[in-house]
Amino acid sequence: MARVRVAILCGPGTNCNVETAFAFELAGALTEHVHINEFIRRDKLLSDYQILAIPGGFTYGDDISAGKILANELKLKLRDDVHSFIREGKLVLGICNGFQALAKAGILPAPFDESPQQLTFTVNDSGKFECRWVYLSANETTPCIFTKGIKHMYLPVAHAEGKVVVADSKILPSLNIVLQYTDEAGNTEAGYPYNPNGSVQNIAGICDSSGRVFALMPHPERHILGVQHPRWTREGRKEFGDGFMIFLNAVRWAERI
Amino acid sequence: MFRIEVRIKPGFTDARAESLKRDILDLGLSGVDQVTVVDVYCLEGKTDQSDMVRICQELLTDPVVEEYQTYPLASRQREETDVHSVEVAYNPGVMDPVEYSLSKAILDLGINTVHAVSTRKKYLFKGNLSENDIQSITNKLLVNSIIQHVVTAQNRIRLPSAVYDFQLITINLLDASSTDLQCIGEDRFGLNLDEMEEIQHYFSRAGHNPTDVELETLAQTWSEHCVHKTFKGQIRLGNLVINDLLKSTIMRATEELGKSWCLSVFKDNAGVIDFDGHYALCFKVETHNHPSALEPYGGASTGIGGVIRDPLGTGLGAKPVLNTDVFCFGPPDLPHDKLPKGVLHPRRIFKGVRAGVADYGNRIGIPTANGAILFDNRYIGNPLVFCGTVGLLPKSMAQIGQQKPGDKVVLLGGKTGRDGIHGVTFASVELTEESEKASSSSVQIGNPIMEKKLIDVVLQARDLGLFCRITDCGGGGLSSAVGEMAATTGVRVYLERVPLKYSGLSYTEIWISEAQERMVLAVPPEKVSELVNLCSSEDVEATVIGEFTDTKRLELFFEGHQVCDLGMGFLHDGLPQIVRQAIWQPQKHIEPDFPEPSDLTEDLTRILGSWNVCSKEWVIRQYDHEVQGGMVIKPLVGKNNDGPSDACIAKPILNSEKGVIVSCGINPNYGDIDPYWMAASAIDEALRQIIAVGGNLSRIALLDNFCWGAPTRPDRLGALVRAAQACYDMAIVYETPFISGKDSLYNEYEVDGKSICIPHTLLISAMAVMEDTNKAISMDVKCADDLIYVVGSTYNELGGSHYYGIHGFIGNNVPRVNPQKAKKLMGALAISVKQGLVKACHDCSEGGIGVAAAEMAFAGDLGMTLHLDAVPLGEHIDRSDYVLFSESNTRFLVEVAQTDQHNFESIMNGIGCSAIGQVTNSSTFEVYGLDGQKVISASPGELKDAWQRPMRW
Repeated sequence: MARVRVAILCGPGTNCNVETAFAFELAGALTEHVHINEFIRRDKLLSDYQILAIPGGFTYGDDISAGKILANELKLKLRDDVHSFIREGKLVLGICNGFQALAKAGILPAPFDESPQQLTFTVNDSGKFECRWVYLSANETTPCIFTKGIKHMYLPVAHAEGKVVVADSKILPSLNIVLQYTDEAGNTEAGYPYNPNGSVQNIAGICDSSGRVFALMPHPERHILGVQHPRWTREGRKEFGDGFMIFLNAVRWAERI
Repeated sequence: MFRIEVRIKPGFTDARAESLKRDILDLGLSGVDQVTVVDVYCLEGKTDQSDMVRICQELLTDPVVEEYQTYPLASRQREETDVHSVEVAYNPGVMDPVEYSLSKAILDLGINTVHAVSTRKKYLFKGNLSENDIQSITNKLLVNSIIQHVVTAQNRIRLPSAVYDFQLITINLLDASSTDLQCIGEDRFGLNLDEMEEIQHYFSRAGHNPTDVELETLAQTWSEHCVHKTFKGQIRLGNLVINDLLKSTIMRATEELGKSWCLSVFKDNAGVIDFDGHYALCFKVETHNHPSALEPYGGASTGIGGVIRDPLGTGLGAKPVLNTDVFCFGPPDLPHDKLPKGVLHPRRIFKGVRAGVADYGNRIGIPTANGAILFDNRYIGNPLVFCGTVGLLPKSMAQIGQQKPGDKVVLLGGKTGRDGIHGVTFASVELTEESEKASSSSVQIGNPIMEKKLIDVVLQARDLGLFCRITDCGGGGLSSAVGEMAATTGVRVYLERVPLKYSGLSYTEIWISEAQERMVLAVPPEKVSELVNLCSSEDVEATVIGEFTDTKRLELFFEGHQVCDLGMGFLHDGLPQIVRQAIWQPQKHIEPDFPEPSDLTEDLTRILGSWNVCSKEWVIRQYDHEVQGGMVIKPLVGKNNDGPSDACIAKPILNSEKGVIVSCGINPNYGDIDPYWMAASAIDEALRQIIAVGGNLSRIALLDNFCWGAPTRPDRLGALVRAAQACYDMAIVYETPFISGKDSLYNEYEVDGKSICIPHTLLISAMAVMEDTNKAISMDVKCADDLIYVVGSTYNELGGSHYYGIHGFIGNNVPRVNPQKAKKLMGALAISVKQGLVKACHDCSEGGIGVAAAEMAFAGDLGMTLHLDAVPLGEHIDRSDYVLFSESNTRFLVEVAQTDQHNFESIMNGIGCSAIGQVTNSSTFEVYGLDGQKVISASPGELKDAWQRPMRW
């Protein structure tokens, strides 16, 4: 069986591509860091890959707003490629800046919905960049293929504009909320700092209706190994971190494409 | 031409405005009811209405939370009458950080009619505020006149005429008298009379006067910042004559130790050591003090930007993998009326510096994971900002490259403007009240994304073998970078080829500009087109600006005219040695005489809550310390991820078990008593922290950063000599070589004609290779009933301690170091850790055993009972407070399971070490004094609160 090929999308200011590639490689995939200009110039073709990962970072400095310029590139220059990619049943994962870009490009929550953008990100309620570990609960009723078998996760966030906001709360029931911030006990209404940014309904990750396009603000690629856990020196070291399952699920699914 | 105003829609939180509101409250102004922050975009060009609407709707405005309005450029929205409006714009010539990406994003929309963009911020205030209040908010929070101005109808600032007509400028040195020489040298070039005379001789022999750019090049190359002439000069201290202090102390230790794992030391942009046989690690720490005093955000961001380029310009280029930061500020609670004229408030400097470092490091994606923040009144006018970067590179690329004649000089990265002109000469003079006005061009704002793009292409080009040498363009600009690179060959540079941000720069300005985010490469001619193509594919500019020669001359041309022709020999070796006098007299401070308090709980909480000791979580969480995924021991550890880790450990290669431990030692308080023991203590502290997380002494490299007063004043210089001597003495015994360093002198500030010198400040940064990161330990206690040991002897050493400090004394018994004993102790402790016998370890530093034990307890959220009569003493001490708070070096608190007691004690046999108590399941932290009476009783929660409260901002 041919190994799954993952395009790790890079642009000016992408900075989590190496650890994201490490996570996919450990899960058995082949990865390639592809500069967005290479896709735009068609030096490389998105259709040659089974998974598109948009890693964390500060693309274009998060100038104007986080992920906005990358979002416009996806929307204006790669729209058809991304649409066919998703239609062909392939997988898209956005992490942090990748989530911001996918939402602002209109690819999430619904890739083919042409109506105006309903979900966005704004500055954390604390007004600060927050680098901290968060407890997450996964909603097993969503179609998300990335989180199959996952109930809870402990992952770090690191962002300044991570607060999910919706134009109208009426759309909330229609969202596929995959991940929510919780306290240690799993309470999905926990406040700051458990919900590190003030996101509505403690939203940390969502997917589209197919479950194959998924994005989250926390960084699963930073908890692949046991030693990445902030308390492994007191709670013991596991072989794999909580985030690894997301990559393993993705690669296993993509092997069938 | 039009302007667009974007603001948050009613009903959504404006977090930026809320932060500003809190800052206004901090100023003591409570009349503000509502704050609004408006982003203003000014676009120039003949853009039609429908395109303008697209720019607003598809780019500048978030459709969910924001709304926009557009106006003709000249007008702006009238606000309601009860609203105070302040609009802030960048000064002409200051780079607008979003200009580049904004222009690119407009082109992405398919709109090519916009030819200039700029941004502004507009702040709206509602509430009971006087004009004075608005003025105060504007000056203290919104505007820094170095880079910004308030836009009013009257003061629309225009760029000065942007035309430059070439005219060769020469300076008449041949006919100059000594007085003339001195004037020209000091006023324009920061060169002293000896140096000017040497230059005069050189040009007499050549038979012509120098051009301005020749003199500027010499001034840059011979500046304190670039050549460290104090350290390399002759110093006379009593009967002692020291030729080259650096070579005879710090570098001498490295040379005598002769460690084979030191791959490249004291010659490249960073020191390089072997990591694992395949990869090497390099480390450099820089300071950016004077720019940060004037423009904290820009100064600190260009400081971190500069030091990140050091590893990138080391060997054939290293990937930056970790940042460090150490700050020294005035007290954040300084009353505003105590602030000297021309100085920014310490809190503003602190917040600006923190934001500058975070915004730059976070954007590039380098974890900022180690550091320290210290406070002292003497840093009010002259704060210190140390930034460090560790880099990773293939061992085979660790050495400085070598170009051949005919290779091309390629300039990579950002465009050149007037940024930072005379930065290095500015760094080598004292600050005065006038500095703010005189030095505005020395301060810049960084563009981290430009630097990230630069890193991305340099590392690709390195792996493709597209260049044979690299260096960064830092202080001194092209002058330093190209001048140093070509020292052994010679070079010709055509200055009109350098890409400019705006027209109007003279050839000299182009040559000495310190514009950020640039690297210089030596590229074989046959590789040039591949390199240029690679760069352009990632939108990075690469320009051939000249070629290396075999003439040993520095030749500069502008539009066909030769403007500089200097011999490399004279440029690099012509500097006459400086001779300076030093004196050293120990200061005698009042010996404390206060009685021993019967209860020490309050003393402990006061020390925990002091600015130097208190939790720095507010800063740490705003740095991305997890990016790159390698952080095995993080800066915050413990049950609730909030205890203070001694050092950080990173795995720079994720699939290897090897790690790098980074720590730092600094304690300027001891320097007030004796800089020798200050330096020795800083080294011991940095090493202790490495041992405390599970490292050992076998492969530790040190870096020195001296921040000192003016070396022209003999007492400052005498103190510097003592500190450097300690560096040698300690490094030799510990076998920890120095691999790189930097000095920043002239850190003095003039108030009312009186010069205030910063405390003598030596930062020791340490980097250790850890064989197996799975053996790392953290400082939080893990389990009730475990034993707590003190390892290392306690002496009556409270001189310069925090305990004396809170009682208003300095004292004289400064902590000393016995490096032979210390080395044995650290060796034994490292073996215990390796054998898995140590569950937690914390080094004793500021606040001694008391603070270390409290931190371990509250980080582990457990109680502790300790008995001071069991503490191993190095000399007789009859006061419990002295035992608890002495700051003797080489001491650790260690948690050991009862079942491992025997094994641990047998390894530690012969080393001052005893169990002084236990971890408990109770919620009490209690300490019994020498006479068996309880001297401290508190809950770990209370102690933690005292420690966290000061900086819960």
